[in-house]
Amino acid sequence: MKMVSAIIKPFKLDEVREALSSMGVQGITVTEVKGFGRQKGHTELYRGAEYVVDFLPKVKIEAAVDDGLVDRVIEAIEGAARTGKIGDGKIFVTDLEQVVRIRTGETGKEAL
Amino acid sequence: MKKLLATLLLGVGLAFGGLNAVAQTTTEAPAAVAAPAADAAPAADAPVAAPAAEAPAVEAPAAAAEAAPAEEAVKETVDKGDVTWMMISTILVLLMVVPGLALFYGGLVRSKNMLSVLMQVMVVFSLIAVLWAVYGYSLAFGGEGLIFGNLDKVFLKGITPDSLAATFTAGVMIPEYIFIAFQCTFAGITCALIVGSFAERIKFGAVLLFCAIWFTFSYIPIAHMVWGTGGYLFDKGALDFAGGTVVHINAAMAGLVGAYVLGKRIGYGKESMAPHSLTLTMVGASLLWVGWFGFNAGSNLEANGGTTLAFINTLFATAAAVLAWCVGETLGKGKASMLGAASGAVAGLVAITPACGTVGPMGAIVIGLVAGFLCLWGVSSLKKMLGADDSLDVFGVHGVGGIVGALLTGVFSAGSLGGVKGDDYSIASQLLIQAEGVVITIVWSSVVAFIAYKIVDLIMGLRVSEEAEREGLDITSHGETAYNR
Repeated sequence: MKMVSAIIKPFKLDEVREALSSMGVQGITVTEVKGFGRQKGHTELYRGAEYVVDFLPKVKIEAAVDDGLVDRVIEAIEGAARTGKIGDGKIFVTDLEQVVRIRTGETGKEAL
Repeated sequence: MKKLLATLLLGVGLAFGGLNAVAQTTTEAPAAVAAPAADAAPAADAPVAAPAAEAPAVEAPAAAAEAAPAEEAVKETVDKGDVTWMMISTILVLLMVVPGLALFYGGLVRSKNMLSVLMQVMVVFSLIAVLWAVYGYSLAFGGEGLIFGNLDKVFLKGITPDSLAATFTAGVMIPEYIFIAFQCTFAGITCALIVGSFAERIKFGAVLLFCAIWFTFSYIPIAHMVWGTGGYLFDKGALDFAGGTVVHINAAMAGLVGAYVLGKRIGYGKESMAPHSLTLTMVGASLLWVGWFGFNAGSNLEANGGTTLAFINTLFATAAAVLAWCVGETLGKGKASMLGAASGAVAGLVAITPACGTVGPMGAIVIGLVAGFLCLWGVSSLKKMLGADDSLDVFGVHGVGGIVGALLTGVFSAGSLGGVKGDDYSIASQLLIQAEGVVITIVWSSVVAFIAYKIVDLIMGLRVSEEAEREGLDITSHGETAYNR
């Protein structure tokens, strides 16, 4: 099992969700996050005071998936979240040791 | 005021034939004729005791008093329209303070200090209102001193619903109670304005103590000098229709001195201190604009043609200043901002305040344009030169705008430039008087403020602890949070 987490542009969230659910991903977790990458921030000006805003708002999605599905999930996220402009985000894949469905107590693949 | 009150002459043995000739009033004048005033008290102090039952709506007594010159023997009338307008105006000025000014300022601070600013504005206003009733009104409008009034009316002694205050038209009176209330809101908003300068770092108690001291020794004397009969600037002929010096320059200097004395906020110039809600700031600025019609047009004390002049000037000057600020920002930084438009509105309102009763609408537009550009400079370049952390730019907007307005009042009041002053009006000599008023206010307010801050510092300290400042004053000073999720 793998945990796929991706940082994407906020307005791409719906497209990514659709792409994932249409290919059988059973659930994802979404978090509003801030961060910086190669995309530069912007400056804000309030009367005489100028502030550089380094951290840009992004959305982080996390999906726990079966090993066989990982490549297609990555492909789906890539396809849906890409604009081709700087700041499209990144996808991280990590090993997932255990999963438990709290309601039934199922573990491993059964719980995905 | 005394001079004004002196027109409330209590007549003894009136000659009604003579009276009718001068009684030009829209109220039921004939009804009043039957109402002789029986009181033989000296004319100077005595609030008018209404003649018993006959004509409650009309103050009959005007009159043929002993020593009074004949031209003062004008019939006194109270018009219900004037009274209503003054009550509405008073409410409008209150609207400027809470919620207007409170929201304007509140939106500009970081969210952790939102409540502290709302609290400071609301409680300072309330404190000053009570002090106004206790001694403020009497000291400001109670006598004919050069600098202060007197203590004859402490605790509003001797004032009844029948007491009258004069307006700018001979013989047209308003109840003294509404005059007291109207002026009370001016004192309150002036002190509340100062809050913007030391926001985000001052102790709550220190704000209140400072305001009480400064109100007593700066607001009251300046108000008396400018508006009170016998006051130094009043007698000189300084033009300050609704309080450019008394309210705005006065408060701005107290604020600027406070910004120096308290020092900069922790992290000033390094950390982001961006406004937490420009939406609320826009709401506040808009309420200020609406309320300012009471402030400026209400200052005419009647509802007549002069009132509408102040009204229309308040509309146009403000609009011009909004445009000027936006153009200035666009030329300077490439973008016109919401904060800029809101600040421009306030700058225009401040600048037209002293001028609104004597300049014409085109003069008002010019004043607004100049104020918009200069206040933009005030909150950016000038602010950097001054080197003080005037948190919400009280000096940049109210100080610069106040000075611009006070001086340009001297210019655009001239009949040749659309103002109401006649041929004998000299722009140059009026400018000198205006400048004198500005300088006196700047020096007086600064000195009083400096001493007041030092006294408060000795008694309780001015600044909150560094930890409290970092955590935010909402929790550390008031034990609550503005936005719970």
